[in-house]
Amino acid sequence: MPVITYRQALNDTLGEELARDPNVLLMGEEIGVFQGSYRVTEGLLAEFGPKRVVDTPIAEEGFVGVAIGAAMLGLRPVVEIMTINFILVAIDQIVNHASKIHYMFGGQVSVPLVIRTPSGGTGQLAATHSQSFENWFAYCPGLKVVAPATPYDAKGLLRTAIRDDDPVIFIESLALYDTKGEVPEDDDFVVPIGVAEVKRQGTDVTVVSYSRMTAIALQVAQRMEQEGISVEVVDLRSLRPLDRPTIIESVKKTNRAVVIAEDWYSYGVTAEIAATIQEEAFDYLDAPVYRVAGLEVPLPYAKDLSAASKPNANSLIYAIRQVMRGTKRMR
Amino acid sequence: MAEVAESAQPLLERATADELKHYYYQMLLLRRFEERASEMYVKAKIGGYCHLNLGEEATIVGLMAALTPDDYIFTNYREHGYIIARGVPPGPVMAELFGKETGVSGGRGGSMHLFDRKTNFMGGYAIVGGQVPLAVGAAYALRYQGKPGVVIAQMGDGTTNIGAFYESLNLAKIWKCPVLFFIVNNGYGMGTSVESGSSEPDLWKKGASFRVYGERVDGTDVLAVRDVVRRLRARAEAEGEPAIIDAVSFRFRGHSVIDADRYRDPEMVRRGRELYDPIRKFAALLLDHGVVDDTWLKSVADRVEREVQEAIDFANNSPDPKFEDLYKYMYATPVPNTPTAEDAIRAVKINRGEF
Repeated sequence: MPVITYRQALNDTLGEELARDPNVLLMGEEIGVFQGSYRVTEGLLAEFGPKRVVDTPIAEEGFVGVAIGAAMLGLRPVVEIMTINFILVAIDQIVNHASKIHYMFGGQVSVPLVIRTPSGGTGQLAATHSQSFENWFAYCPGLKVVAPATPYDAKGLLRTAIRDDDPVIFIESLALYDTKGEVPEDDDFVVPIGVAEVKRQGTDVTVVSYSRMTAIALQVAQRMEQEGISVEVVDLRSLRPLDRPTIIESVKKTNRAVVIAEDWYSYGVTAEIAATIQEEAFDYLDAPVYRVAGLEVPLPYAKDLSAASKPNANSLIYAIRQVMRGTKRMR
Repeated sequence: MAEVAESAQPLLERATADELKHYYYQMLLLRRFEERASEMYVKAKIGGYCHLNLGEEATIVGLMAALTPDDYIFTNYREHGYIIARGVPPGPVMAELFGKETGVSGGRGGSMHLFDRKTNFMGGYAIVGGQVPLAVGAAYALRYQGKPGVVIAQMGDGTTNIGAFYESLNLAKIWKCPVLFFIVNNGYGMGTSVESGSSEPDLWKKGASFRVYGERVDGTDVLAVRDVVRRLRARAEAEGEPAIIDAVSFRFRGHSVIDADRYRDPEMVRRGRELYDPIRKFAALLLDHGVVDDTWLKSVADRVEREVQEAIDFANNSPDPKFEDLYKYMYATPVPNTPTAEDAIRAVKINRGEF
């Protein structure tokens, strides 16, 4: 399998889907002439023209609403929101409209829409440009929310998302765009929505993560092996629907769980996963579930302070050592 | 109510006798449907909010008379009359208000969320302004696919103060979307008058800085509404030129059935109902021109009475949605790890105390 970057996997998939289906079109700020703020759409305007690759004015509520309305008439818009921080001005269209239209109108019309956007913080972007809001959308019935961690999943999930008839929030990460991995060339290769994957087998502790935190978890797992701790990594890939059985199966095997996500600690993704584990695997736990998440501040700009406010490999290693204290219960 | 000049053209040059009679029938049907809906609300057959089209019948019937089957309609939550005038029988509409499986949205939407795929009635939307970008998007899709037709973005006067309206005007103009921004201006957004909520109370002028043409029309004059929609519709379809129509009418009652309307002067409301009742005005016009007589008016009243009663009977006799179908419309494309009919039954039983 060829090794390509996460960005390339997305770019290839967008191009292939534009070529495959004339109803697919891309919309977003600076995706065409400017080639994309993070170059995910590079070259696509030249290849497909302005009808298929549409530069929008700075009007997220307006153009997200336009994309939803167009989807109701059979187009398959793939919208880029420059970063997830800007999605908040479009949230009425996503939460009050896209997520409800199929259900509320008795299944008469669907909204085949993808909204791609990078989430999370990197590089001192400070309080308004470093947030993680995927949990806000994962909270909302009617949406599908995916967050691939590897180029393989990025390609497979984007394909599935574009071909899916429901609104899909597709979470990317600035820090992942340049990461590399194997991606199949097979035209029929897809990754299903709503299915997690055990990215690494282990026996001592389960780490549940998604997106950039999965990349960190895989690095940490390798390092922990040197300490004699066998870490299993469950990559959620989808936040809604959430693949609870895969999480539970893993925790029942390892009897310990650490959940890591970049969003804020209170009411965040880690809270949902921890609650799921205590509901469905309480009797299997040898230690309380440990949650690793963002510290609860508007992210400061100063370099070291900023970096120290986000979960990282250090916080995950600490958490794993905490849950590994004490001996494994015999049964 | 703001005054608008009347047409000087003779009545029977503007419409055939059959057309005129049909408009009258439709207006009266909407009137009685809403009066009976109000009654059903008081009897607790209808829940939630219930916003009536009383006083807006000419605006609705005039609009629909100008549209073609290719056109699409997005409205706000005050939309019972629109879906009926678009051609959906009153029975399934009343059934939706009653929350029945046979309702136009399968009992999942209610009064504020009516929908009918077959007639391109693309939904009532209950977040003020939410439907406006959607309508522009539908128009965008028509243009993208090279299809005929235009899209109506219906809204109330209060909607012209929300940001989504302005983003929509801009996008519709730069992307040449065949969409008409159809403002039902009844003078009040709930209890806020147009003058107190809008720095530009001439709502048709609000497209000026987007170079979107606008026009005001007497919303109580069915032919005037029809003619302005026809004219601007043709231009929108041919040239991708969006426009604003500011249709002025008089709200007969409070904002919704449960609004006691205490903020409006009762004497003003009483006079308004007399002066601006589109049905009374239209009946007088038809009688004056000898298009109809009192016997005909009586027969239409009887027909409408019967049809609305049949709609109520249909709704009353319809089944409720099944508990096991709670999750039925969650997704158009099924995916793993979503709740099933069994999950629905289990959860609903507990919530209903059946354990």
